[in-house]
Amino acid sequence: MKPAAFEYVRPKNLAEALTLLAEGQGDSKVKAGGQSLGPMLNMRLSRVNQLVDISLIPELKTVSDDSDTIIIGACITHASIEDGKIPDVTNGMMNSVAAGIAYRAIRNQGTIGGSLAHADPSADWVISLTAAGAEAVISGPNGERRVGLNQFMDSAFETKLDFDDILTAVRIPKFSKQARWGYYKFCRKTGDFAEAMSAVVIDPSRDYCRVVIGATDTHPVVITDAIDLLTSDEAIDACITKNALDLNPLSGQMHRTALRRCIKQVQSL
Amino acid sequence: MVSNARSNKGVGGRLLRKEDDRYLRGRGQFVADIKMSGMKEVAFLRSPLAHARINAITIPENLKHKAFCWSNMSGVKAICAMTSLAGFKKSEQSPLASDKVRHVGELVAMCVGDNRAQAEDFLEELVVDFDELPAIVDMVSAQQKGAVLVHEDWGDNVYLESKWDGDLSEAKANASITVTRQIRTNRQCMAPIEGKGVVAYWDNRMDQLVLYTSTQMPHIVRTGLAECLNLSQANVRIISPDVGGAFGYKGILTPEEICLGWLAMECGHPVRWIEDRREHLTANANCREHEYQVTAYADDIGRILGLEAVGAVNAGAYSAYPFSACLEGAQVASILPGPYIVPAFQCNINSISSNKPPILPYRGVARTSVCFAMELMIDAIARKVGREPYEVRLENLVPPTAMPYTNITGKAFDSGDYPESLRRAVESINLKGIRERQATNEKDGRRIGIGFCTFCEQGAHGTSVYHAWGVPMIPGQEQAVARLTPDGSLELRIGAHSHGQSMETTLAQVANEILGIDPADVRLVHGDTQYTPYSTGTWGSRCAVMSGGAVSTACKALAERAAKIAAHLMKLDLKEVQIIDGQAKGAASSISLAEIAEAWYYKPQILAADVDPGGLEVTVGYRPKIDTGTFSYASHAVVVAVDTELGHVEILDYVIVEDGGTMINPMVVDGQVFGGAAQGIGTALYEEMPFDSVGQPLASTLADYLLPGPTEIPAFRIEHMETPSPNTEFGVKGIGESGAIGPPAAIANAINDALAPIGVEVLETPVTPRRILAAIAEAQAGAQS
Repeated sequence: MKPAAFEYVRPKNLAEALTLLAEGQGDSKVKAGGQSLGPMLNMRLSRVNQLVDISLIPELKTVSDDSDTIIIGACITHASIEDGKIPDVTNGMMNSVAAGIAYRAIRNQGTIGGSLAHADPSADWVISLTAAGAEAVISGPNGERRVGLNQFMDSAFETKLDFDDILTAVRIPKFSKQARWGYYKFCRKTGDFAEAMSAVVIDPSRDYCRVVIGATDTHPVVITDAIDLLTSDEAIDACITKNALDLNPLSGQMHRTALRRCIKQVQSL
Repeated sequence: MVSNARSNKGVGGRLLRKEDDRYLRGRGQFVADIKMSGMKEVAFLRSPLAHARINAITIPENLKHKAFCWSNMSGVKAICAMTSLAGFKKSEQSPLASDKVRHVGELVAMCVGDNRAQAEDFLEELVVDFDELPAIVDMVSAQQKGAVLVHEDWGDNVYLESKWDGDLSEAKANASITVTRQIRTNRQCMAPIEGKGVVAYWDNRMDQLVLYTSTQMPHIVRTGLAECLNLSQANVRIISPDVGGAFGYKGILTPEEICLGWLAMECGHPVRWIEDRREHLTANANCREHEYQVTAYADDIGRILGLEAVGAVNAGAYSAYPFSACLEGAQVASILPGPYIVPAFQCNINSISSNKPPILPYRGVARTSVCFAMELMIDAIARKVGREPYEVRLENLVPPTAMPYTNITGKAFDSGDYPESLRRAVESINLKGIRERQATNEKDGRRIGIGFCTFCEQGAHGTSVYHAWGVPMIPGQEQAVARLTPDGSLELRIGAHSHGQSMETTLAQVANEILGIDPADVRLVHGDTQYTPYSTGTWGSRCAVMSGGAVSTACKALAERAAKIAAHLMKLDLKEVQIIDGQAKGAASSISLAEIAEAWYYKPQILAADVDPGGLEVTVGYRPKIDTGTFSYASHAVVVAVDTELGHVEILDYVIVEDGGTMINPMVVDGQVFGGAAQGIGTALYEEMPFDSVGQPLASTLADYLLPGPTEIPAFRIEHMETPSPNTEFGVKGIGESGAIGPPAAIANAINDALAPIGVEVLETPVTPRRILAAIAEAQAGAQS
């Protein structure tokens, strides 16, 4: 299980990284923390001519404040967030989610941007930050653009990123004091991939209520006006059925339970 | 010879492990740590198909001398595990596939590169032309008439039919109740931290193939390897360095060992292969796939009158050397009755050949599956007669007054109080309190269940058991060498090998018990055929009994030699001298073992004229008085909480009451039981190697093959009982596998106890969330119809 040979480059800044990707014409691949890409390369499920390691680029490790939004650099690690080294604007949601990502060894290396770009529908950041209403900040040959995470994924592992794009940061709206969140995932064991997972964020001051269901076969299910789901278990069951999450009845049962328990967290606050 | 208990370094002492100094500092030397000048790396091309004919293998011109297939290996013999069991059909496994592949992951070709990545690059240039054949995956279709044959010359897909014939007519006539269940343990992997690994080179000076390999049985590997490579055993040296867990997986001769040995001779430079986790999971380390239908006939208080079972073990494509294919199936037929009095018994188990990797023995071997079946039956009987499951166990367990007891299949239980272990477990787990708790609803909506199991474990079985198998590993006298070195320290040599058994510590304690020598001054040499007496190796919970007995016996013989020299030096009669505390002591004088050694090695002029010319080195064999095996036993008790909406199981409490006879080191016994029980929890709840309908393995990394981690393992509460075996040195019994036997049974019983009120019973390992949810859904559907 050793990767096929590839070139390894470590650009000093974002501009250099973007140039390398453009020159690679699709045969270069960005590496951030490498926690998903590494094993895929080792098993030769993924092959690249050139690996562009952005994990040490200083401008991708910054955090900045933009009045009602915080902007977290793509190469900030899960562990930094878990440990409270990044200012929290989500009433504790991000710390809590970070602490439950896989294992500490993975959290030490894995990055928030890398996780979003990898776009696994069972990934904690994909689900929780989509619920939080976050946006991906993307740099490409034509400059910078933003894509809401609810629009970011096309399918499992498929995103709006082009081969010459880099996800540089994630913009997270600051929660009001009244904002509440719920997050529930069911794993067979600690650190395992989730069998079912849901996130909900309610922020009355912004008139915001969003539910996201993960561990799906394709992109996560996003319910942007989710206030009805909070009213009854029947509404939750109907949501699961409407989104075809119970085609396998046992999976449906798990999705239903995860969503119910997630919503219960905001109801009981 | 005086007991040295006061030093607390002898038998029974809680001594810290000697080997931990290097392990905990990262200084162990495993196969992958070995570096050699000019060493190249080997990667194997493995079959992508479960069953296919090989039409051609094309090796490009640029890879001649770097890539090899079976046609290159002229003169090498196929692996053929033989037994004298009547009706056994042998499989021939060429180390690289010849005309046919019989499971995904079977070796097809190999490449030698400067490093592993380059060797894997070379593999991609090889072209294999396969004709795919239908695959035999499950045991039912394997046995159907007209089934595709894994081995065409057999006529069917059955290695061996194992039977225990008994007359059940009386049991059937007198039974108040009959309980039948279909019980299954699914295929899983062993998953030691260290996988297999081999480094091989040809030593011109010694004219020897030297093969470092991560194995439990270096001498058996030498015998098998020499046969397959057409070498005399003198031309083969096997070294097993530090081994990071083995559990039976490393108790065989592997095709990779033969390939590496051949490459070392062919290429003239050292070669190495280190198994990666994907190879381990998908191609190599499979175990445990059993399924049987069991029927129990009992009276109205749950006393068993008769037991019958019919079933199969999916033994996979080949029988490994020295033996594997029928090992489990044949054992099921003899050990299913467990620790109980079963007046009538009938059993028929087929060992099936299929297009899956060979099934290999894994810690507990057949006992884990058998215990799972028997203990689920006991609970099913208890529910049927309306009694507490532990009460039904007590009705049936062999009582201490009957010991020694020979059961219906001829197993000679040596000693112990089986019911007492269960009573203590019931007390310790607080059955009464749990029953009260169950009467109230849990705040979180989960259901609480309590489960028990009791089992015994035959260990250190010897000649009288294994000669009937007719396999090339019949244990006889286990030998040890004890040698006093010139400076008075002790060197022990044994042919078994440690892969986590702590033998460097426990055997030093045995030596301390006899000679009083400080364990710090004892060195154990093992894991090298060049330096150690022949042994079948480390398996079957045998080393504490066999190597421990051999070391004790050797130390006693050495003490006699030393005492004789000392008596002469001290001008005393031999009867006046005793070896105590590392010294020869008379009434008023003493000399140290170092002084005795100094006299023998450096001052022969002061020795008696009739001194034993054998000196201060002895080789002695040992065999227990009765060699049918020691029977350790245990009762496990577990409390679980089951989330009926998600199927998740949490272990709330876990008690183990075990009796392994006299303990050489209680902390080592604890460690063995902890580790085994952790593996048992893996079997119970997490570990499964699933295959699809064409024989493709569906788990290939530890992301999809789930092992329990620290958060899934409870703080086991262990209680020891210590009933000595009447047959062994110090009364020691084998305990190495015990921990891995009980958990699937106890945990499944606890889950069934939790779910019985809603009509749910699970009968299959691992008890995954999906299996629980499916069983609940089925029960609900049944209730509605």
